[in-house]
Amino acid sequence: MVVDGGSGQAISAEGLTKSFGSFVALDGVSFEVPRGAVYGLLGPNGAGKTTTVRLLTTLMRPDGGRALIDGIDVVAEPGLVRTRIGLTGQYAAVEERLTARENLDLIGRLYHLPRREVTVRANDLLEQFDLIDAADRVVMHYSGGMRRRLDIAMSLIARPSVLFLDEPTTGLDPRSRRAMWDVIEDLGGDGTTVLLTTQYLDEADRLAERIVVIDRGAVVANGTSDELKADVGDDRLVVRLADHLDVDLAMDAIGSLRSGPFDFDARRVSLSAPVPSGSRVAPEVVRRLDRAGVEVVDIEVRRPTLDDVFLHLTDRTIEDVDTDTAPDAHTDTAPDVDTDTASDTDTASDTDAVPDAHTDLP
Amino acid sequence: MSPADESTSGVSSASSRSLAVSIGRPPPRSGVRAALSDALIEATRHLRIIPRNPELMIFATLQPVTFLLLTTFVFGDAIDVDGYDDYTQFLIPGVLAQAVVFNSAFTSVGIAEDMEKGFMDRLRSLPMSRSAVLLGRTFSDLVRNTITFHISLLAALLIGFRFGGGLFEIAGASALLLFFSYSLAWIQTLIGLSVSSVESANSAGFIWMFPVTFVSSVYVDPDLMPGWLQPVARANPLSSATDACRALYNGRDPGDSVWIALAWSLGLMVVVGAICVRKFSRSTVG
Repeated sequence: MVVDGGSGQAISAEGLTKSFGSFVALDGVSFEVPRGAVYGLLGPNGAGKTTTVRLLTTLMRPDGGRALIDGIDVVAEPGLVRTRIGLTGQYAAVEERLTARENLDLIGRLYHLPRREVTVRANDLLEQFDLIDAADRVVMHYSGGMRRRLDIAMSLIARPSVLFLDEPTTGLDPRSRRAMWDVIEDLGGDGTTVLLTTQYLDEADRLAERIVVIDRGAVVANGTSDELKADVGDDRLVVRLADHLDVDLAMDAIGSLRSGPFDFDARRVSLSAPVPSGSRVAPEVVRRLDRAGVEVVDIEVRRPTLDDVFLHLTDRTIEDVDTDTAPDAHTDTAPDVDTDTASDTDTASDTDAVPDAHTDLP
Repeated sequence: MSPADESTSGVSSASSRSLAVSIGRPPPRSGVRAALSDALIEATRHLRIIPRNPELMIFATLQPVTFLLLTTFVFGDAIDVDGYDDYTQFLIPGVLAQAVVFNSAFTSVGIAEDMEKGFMDRLRSLPMSRSAVLLGRTFSDLVRNTITFHISLLAALLIGFRFGGGLFEIAGASALLLFFSYSLAWIQTLIGLSVSSVESANSAGFIWMFPVTFVSSVYVDPDLMPGWLQPVARANPLSSATDACRALYNGRDPGDSVWIALAWSLGLMVVVGAICVRKFSRSTVG
């Protein structure tokens, strides 16, 4: 795949730092993305995702560290870097008063592509992004999803070697969001290196082959979705109780089945804990709780989600960080789980089936 | 302007690419020619919009025309000025100069809009000249202002304004006002780059206009103002521009006002333009 005999890294960030006044936005961010890979940069609002993208796309100068795109230094050769990147920012940066075709034409010409090629390429992209029927309509009348698709098409007009997608689905309704996922998945197929930032765990899980988790301006984890989940460890048992006074009783009854500390969410009256093998443990949990006279609303066993990963890494859920409204009811600290007991990681390879895998109770 | 030639030139650094990228990658360009060519491409973005947004054009025209009508009919017979039998012959060139000042506000709003909507970031991530982004905007605004200016001029003739000079003087006066408007475009660019929202650009772009137009020779001769205000009004670049085009349109001797107006315009363009380009480039890497 790599023809220049270089390191093979499309993106290489080494100890990037950036401060705004006294606020440290990036505190030594390092990661690498090999050519042709689709990576996710995952973190809550304010984690430093957009700042990282701005540094990598020459929109901002790093205070320290080094960033290379296809081996080219972004500070030393910003002009050269710009010929190889495509950027889709957080807001659909399209000219509303022009048509889709004219938008593509404008950007293609500003990349200095030959006119003939711009015309052909624009047409291909309009087809690929399902915009061909609306191609000659003024963008002002487009839906949010169509604008986003055009936005990405514009970033692709010069066949960038590296495409940056900064929160590509923020602000889209669920249906457009899923359509956008299909679009991004196809990009990964045609050899373009993609770095996408997201605060949605399911999005990173579905789209990125590897995820760089960033929090408070630093990389806290880097791995495949499965690896990150395996780090968290076992399946997670979640028992929702009818009466919160039963918590101690329930903990006594099923305490010996778990492989890590309990976590109690007071708002939902739900008790959760890692268990070595969810599907085998579930019937026993039901039996014991029944025997102890604990009334149960719901029992759920699920494989760890990226939410658990984030909680595990930062002691916070992404929602906690984003909204600042969720009650801080997680009573434990990061569970110290022995990863050897993570027995069911083979079944965790099907990433689509991760959340809400309710077990059938006998 | 032939990007086609350059795409095949095979700059060595551009040859390092993955197999997935099969086309030639035109190298980044620099220099004045590249900047001008990029600026023209960017200007077409705005120029294409003009015929599609007739309302914007109508409002841009309506404002100066309304001012022309109001001032001519309200003040026309009420004020006498030395050297002019008819105040409207004195007033209308001033109102045209004022219209040029007012219409410069589109530039700051347009730039702030591009910043707010993220389009500026898109442009900044492209291998195009930094200054071309600003040049493109100011070029296209100059074209638009030229159109609205001539519509206003036509309206002035319809309500009774008469040229006293020859074609050369008339064209010279109009060209001078538009040249002056281009220097104002850079002041508005600086405002657009400095504010954080379209709303602020709207206020900041307008707020200085009333003092600048009133404390000038647009409506009355500065000699009639209070003593302390006279030097301010005379030093105002708008006064020189107004004096020059007023004299030329009426076929009189403009004295040195033409040169003062040209010097002001050129000076503002160079100094403020340089500040704008510096400010715009410094916010990114190079």
